[in-house]
Amino acid sequence: MSASVLVLDNLCKRYGALAAVKDMTMAVEPGERLVLVGHNGAGKTTLFNMVLGLTRPSSGNLTVFGAPAGSLAAREATAFLPESVAFNGALSGTETLKFFARLRGEDVACVHGLLDRVGLADAGHKAVRTYSKGMRQRLGLAQALIGSPRLLVLDEPTSGLDPVSRKRFYDIVDSCAARGTTVLTSSHALTEMEAHADRIIIMRKGEMAADGTLQSLRQQTKLPTRIRVRAVSAEPVSQMTKELDGCRINGQAVEVVCAANRVSAHMKSIAAFGDAVADVEILPPGLDDIYLHFSARNDGDDLP
Amino acid sequence: MKPGRVATFAAHELRVAFRNRWVVTAIAVLTVFAGVLAFAGSAPTGSTAADPLTVLTVSLISLSVYIVPLLALLLAFDAFAGERERGTLSLLLTYPIERSEMVLGKFAGHSVILGCAIFIGFASAAGIVLLDGKADLAGASALLRLTVTATLLGMTFLAIGYVVSAVVRQATTAAALSVGLWLIAVVLFDLVLLSALVADDGGLFTRHIFPWLLVGNPADGFRLFNLASLPGDVAVAGGVTAGAAGPSPLVALVILVAWAGGALLFAIDRVRRIEP
Ligand SMILES: Nc1ncnc2c1ncn2[C@@H]1O[C@H](COP(=O)(O)OP(=O)(O)OP(=O)(O)O)[C@@H](O)[C@H]1O
Ligand SMILES: [Mg+2]
Repeated sequence: MSASVLVLDNLCKRYGALAAVKDMTMAVEPGERLVLVGHNGAGKTTLFNMVLGLTRPSSGNLTVFGAPAGSLAAREATAFLPESVAFNGALSGTETLKFFARLRGEDVACVHGLLDRVGLADAGHKAVRTYSKGMRQRLGLAQALIGSPRLLVLDEPTSGLDPVSRKRFYDIVDSCAARGTTVLTSSHALTEMEAHADRIIIMRKGEMAADGTLQSLRQQTKLPTRIRVRAVSAEPVSQMTKELDGCRINGQAVEVVCAANRVSAHMKSIAAFGDAVADVEILPPGLDDIYLHFSARNDGDDLP
Repeated sequence: MKPGRVATFAAHELRVAFRNRWVVTAIAVLTVFAGVLAFAGSAPTGSTAADPLTVLTVSLISLSVYIVPLLALLLAFDAFAGERERGTLSLLLTYPIERSEMVLGKFAGHSVILGCAIFIGFASAAGIVLLDGKADLAGASALLRLTVTATLLGMTFLAIGYVVSAVVRQATTAAALSVGLWLIAVVLFDLVLLSALVADDGGLFTRHIFPWLLVGNPADGFRLFNLASLPGDVAVAGGVTAGAAGPSPLVALVILVAWAGGALLFAIDRVRRIEP
């Protein structure tokens, strides 16, 4: 029990009449990459703020590595990258990181390696004031990596990063997770999170609407899989459409929508067309679809 | 509490103040004002019995009462409200630090800036007077005492500024409140006491209450302590202070130190309550 990184027990946070986080109960295990998704105002940042000790829960319990959230022991093990990270613009990237390294009691010599790791080695001497948003975000990541924390909390970390920086970002975070760091991420970039999530929590109006791996959420939703078949020429397409019971999406391609357990049956029929098939794509429901499914459920009232 | 982390915060604050030209500005302001007073005081005024260094000290006392609290509040108002507004505070507060270390670090850094500015300003003014050759070094100890207590006065208002900065959300509100506090402490307070003195016309208030009210205000206590410790029989027309014959100057000094310590403890308490 005490081995859990994070234990939430009926956790609530109220702001006046508004319940920003409602009755959340869960445990997070070491090395897990947990992704939190949810609409604007769902309570993701509020939950993070409680984990970090920036704000106190209204009720319920929250421990980080067995210590109360916000205690010195909890903060020693945790590093944070805020939603819109800000630094003092007058200092250079190197000076900023050295300051944070000293506060963590780490050797300041580590900052050069860190700057290099996030791709800021050439900009280290420049004032942070002159950094682009993406550069500031990368400095934010470097700051969070100081001293190899056991829990990384990342609030919408890839907003503002270009595709190459994103890939680099995920590579770095995944390598931390591979070494046992637990990673807690919130994101609106659902598709790109799929490959980097061991467990997904969908929040809706402060409540946990779903919790599980991508596969288990897929099974729960029973959303259909799409199979896209492209023919070598236009001729066999109408026959394919009829036999596969699909619909034509353009002159040369057919899309079949079926339950996940019917995919192999369809593949057999497709194989029967032999050389007429140019290529086949199988598209299981993505996190986007799963998210929409869960947020559309029991939706009598509008989201904020 | 780790002294190393306090030093880290202090060094950070100093570095930022250097970059933002705060250090240069503070030194320039004090040097220019003190220099002007030195030149004005050394102009031939006929039969001045008093020693030029003591005359300079008297004018620097009045200068300090106004300008040192103002400089201190200007350094302090941004300390927490500004960091909160810019979003740099929330990240800092997730670090394994104690909030008291942050307050003490900022306090140490800002105190060093103020102390240096005061020392450089007063030393250059003294240099101007001494160049004249007519000054008596006997007045030097009073000037040294002034330099130290002016820094102490500045530290008191730094701590008061931190309290303001920790209780409001916006830096502009903190700035406005700080200027208001300055007006009350160094201008309005004296005016009110003066009119009360006039109305009372030597009664109970004048003899028993007024002297304590006077040392109760850190700015007036500072002036009282320094004027009282001047050498010889310097005729002083130092505003409200003249005519007070209450608590000893040492009590004024103790109260000044108590203000600085109390305000600092209060600031730490307020900073502990901040939810960014
Ligand atoms: N300090 C606060 N005072 C009052 N209400 C707050 C405060 N912080 C958050 N809230 C409210 O709590 C709810 C949850 O906000 P939160 O910032 O946690 O959402 P989020 O899931 O992070 O959204 P986003 O995706 O937009 O970042 C919102 O309705 C917000 O208005
Ligand atoms: Mg948020």
